[in-house]
Amino acid sequence: MNDFTIRKVSRRRFLVSMGSAGAGLTLGVYLPGAAAQDQSADGATSLLEDGAFAPNAFVRVGVDNTVKVMIKHLEMGQGTYTGLCTVVAEEMDASWEQVVPAPAPADASRYNNLLWGPSQGTGGSTAMANSFEQLRNAGAAARHMLVAAAAERWGIAPDKITVSAGKVSAGALSATFGELAEAAAEQPVPEEVALKDPADFVFIGQSFPRKDSGKTDGTAIFTQDINLPGMLTAVVAHPPRFGGRVASFDDVAARAVNGVEDVVQVANGVAVVARDFWSAKTGRDALEITWDDSAALSGSTESMMAEYREMAETDGIDARNDGDVDAALSSADTVLELDFEFPFLAHAAMEPLNCVVRVDADGCEVWNGEQMHTGDQMALAALLGIDVPRVKINMLYAGGSFGRRANPAADYVLEAAMIAKTRPGTPVKLVWTREDDTRGGYYRPMHFHRVRAALDADGQPLAWQQSIVGQSIVAGTPFEPFMVKDGVDVTMVEGAVNQPYAVPNFNLQVHNARSPVPVLWWRSVGSTHTAFVCESVIDELALAAGADPVEYRMGLLADHPRHQGVLALAAEKAGWGTPLPEGRARGVAVHESFNSYVAQVAEVTVGADGSFSVDRVVCAVDCGIAVNPDVIRAQMEGGIGFGLSPALLSEITFADGQVVQSNFHDYQVIRIEHMPEVEVHIVPSAEPPTGVGEPGTPVIAPAVANALRAATGQRLTRMPFRLAS
Amino acid sequence: MAVTLTINGNEHTLDVADDMPLLWAIRDHAGLTGTKFGCGLALCGACTVHLDGNPIRSCSTPVSAVAGGNITTIEGLNSKAAAAVQAAWQKLDVVQCGYCQSGQIMSATALLAGNSDPDDADIDAAMNGNICRCSTYVRIRAAIKEAARSLA
Repeated sequence: MNDFTIRKVSRRRFLVSMGSAGAGLTLGVYLPGAAAQDQSADGATSLLEDGAFAPNAFVRVGVDNTVKVMIKHLEMGQGTYTGLCTVVAEEMDASWEQVVPAPAPADASRYNNLLWGPSQGTGGSTAMANSFEQLRNAGAAARHMLVAAAAERWGIAPDKITVSAGKVSAGALSATFGELAEAAAEQPVPEEVALKDPADFVFIGQSFPRKDSGKTDGTAIFTQDINLPGMLTAVVAHPPRFGGRVASFDDVAARAVNGVEDVVQVANGVAVVARDFWSAKTGRDALEITWDDSAALSGSTESMMAEYREMAETDGIDARNDGDVDAALSSADTVLELDFEFPFLAHAAMEPLNCVVRVDADGCEVWNGEQMHTGDQMALAALLGIDVPRVKINMLYAGGSFGRRANPAADYVLEAAMIAKTRPGTPVKLVWTREDDTRGGYYRPMHFHRVRAALDADGQPLAWQQSIVGQSIVAGTPFEPFMVKDGVDVTMVEGAVNQPYAVPNFNLQVHNARSPVPVLWWRSVGSTHTAFVCESVIDELALAAGADPVEYRMGLLADHPRHQGVLALAAEKAGWGTPLPEGRARGVAVHESFNSYVAQVAEVTVGADGSFSVDRVVCAVDCGIAVNPDVIRAQMEGGIGFGLSPALLSEITFADGQVVQSNFHDYQVIRIEHMPEVEVHIVPSAEPPTGVGEPGTPVIAPAVANALRAATGQRLTRMPFRLAS
Repeated sequence: MAVTLTINGNEHTLDVADDMPLLWAIRDHAGLTGTKFGCGLALCGACTVHLDGNPIRSCSTPVSAVAGGNITTIEGLNSKAAAAVQAAWQKLDVVQCGYCQSGQIMSATALLAGNSDPDDADIDAAMNGNICRCSTYVRIRAAIKEAARSLA
């Protein structure tokens, strides 16, 4: 998800704007373009919108004293409602109770992701990073206008007025935001606003209860829960092999199922439309379809991996080249060679893919948890031959996503629309079953890595040659022009091309494999495999050098103080170096992704039969200013669990061109019995905040592998891990 | 085919096939959407409801098997144990995406109804059928203990 080019450009802009915020109470640049509506220079136009004071695109102060924060990002569990509300509450000096999140409409002109350019969406752990300054300014502007309204009403100077916990006051005078809302809407929008000195923060850095409510009593509404008058449900039969197509089908039995209304062919299969899910699924299962597999995937995981291994023998495309790695390796006494294999992985969010669409003469209305508003909106407009603004998106919570709902191909969204198009005016809910979801592709790509590394006479890394084979995620998508540079997909090499250790001769090559298997970003993207390789290899080099793995890393990270900071903190809190009971061992890993730094120490216990458990994980994170520490802790806990699933259990494999797994019995994910104790420690920082949704994930697998290496001497190089007994 | 179900104390006469899983009768016909569809094979626990107080997986229970029983969904929870569980869930901010949490809370409530002081092994045994892809397990464990303390 992180676009190297876009990120570089916009990050510069971000840093410039942050530069002004670093010196205490300073003025933020307030963008008039972000106002809810255009206001003339003299402030003559009222900023009252639907009875609320709407100073800009992000804040609505109601006469009922609510402060609605328009959230431009998807809440999929990562806590963005809470984090973004915290920033606005801070600059407004609101009370936490009065702040209410509301999903912003799809509108890239006001709600674009500032790190993505002119596009609205959620991913790459960017929500806080791109919103922090924007929402500080939005909140500060709202506060400024509320204060100005109070000053006018009371006939006193604004600097005599204080604001605290949602109350505007001066001596005996006081008013709530709600009481000032209408008057504030008549105040001129400031061109610049004062931002708080971080020393005065009362919300940022503290933990307040989450704002994504309704999730403990069944009242939260997900896409799966939408029920509109006259709505029908559709279940689709997809080809059993990627690249397969419908040759012909017999729908007599399907149409005979009670409740089935229609059967329609769509681009990637045949849809049964019915009055409820069960009828639609029963009808779908009764379809007799002949598939055309002439262009379909054949072969198996083993045959694909054999091809990858062959590709790794050839010259790849250089992604980075320092020094002369060939000369260094040929002169070295000892060369360490390691091959790593990574399977395809499904996202397997708890909410299987679904989408509600209604198409009529006015356009198209969608109910969905959108991770990529703009892309889906444009794809729907193109499919239906209508203007983009005629695609209205109603944003809902997503029951997880982990990247799956951010698909440049908009696969499930378009599928829902293709079906809805056949029944103008009728809302259609497309529901994928768990089997459809598991077998539906857009996986974390399979990868093969080969590393040859050597030490110098002092045990320091001398040379490191790494080849990565895999499918590009962004090739063939609208992201390709920005994210593929000279044949290198930045999402394939992130975490490897920027590996932090001091190695004088370093070469990284990629080989782009091609396959009909659709691939996609999966929580922490390239780092899901690059971090594992990097942290396994450096661990092996430390052992070869006879050095302590923490000390060895620290010595090679002299130019990377934030890596050092989390590594030292995790090691200290974990009691690194202190004795452990028999059969128990520790392993460590450190990795930066999405500009956040995470180190973890894992403790494992190994049984005589080769079974093992992960018992305890100590995690240190540096994500800049810790906006809401409890959300950060939750994301580290969750990221560790998410990364443990492929380390211990999950893989998508192929046999005879078909996905082998279908549901949670064979695509296994961790359960409560697998979850270790987790301790999270946050590095204090004044740096701009960065994301936490993904960076906890890539670190756990190498930490566990390194612990298993310490316990058993076995170097694990493929996931899920299997120890020889 | 009409089936009469008692859900949260209310009788619902639903025009559904005998073999329709209870989950879909609850969601699509009784209109109660707090109970979630996750897997359809009793593998993930998102669809957990109580039948006469015992946790069952509604996605794999045909409606014909539960006619006459008392079904409780997340919307109908009103026991002391349930209130303690929900309060602990909120106090510890267990939830992330939230999709599995109705099922988690139904399983946790049933656990505490029969065991006022569960240890880690009890919790694993009772909760292992409930998958959370956000991996809120650390907090689920802590919240069950918190709820047990508050009930003691």
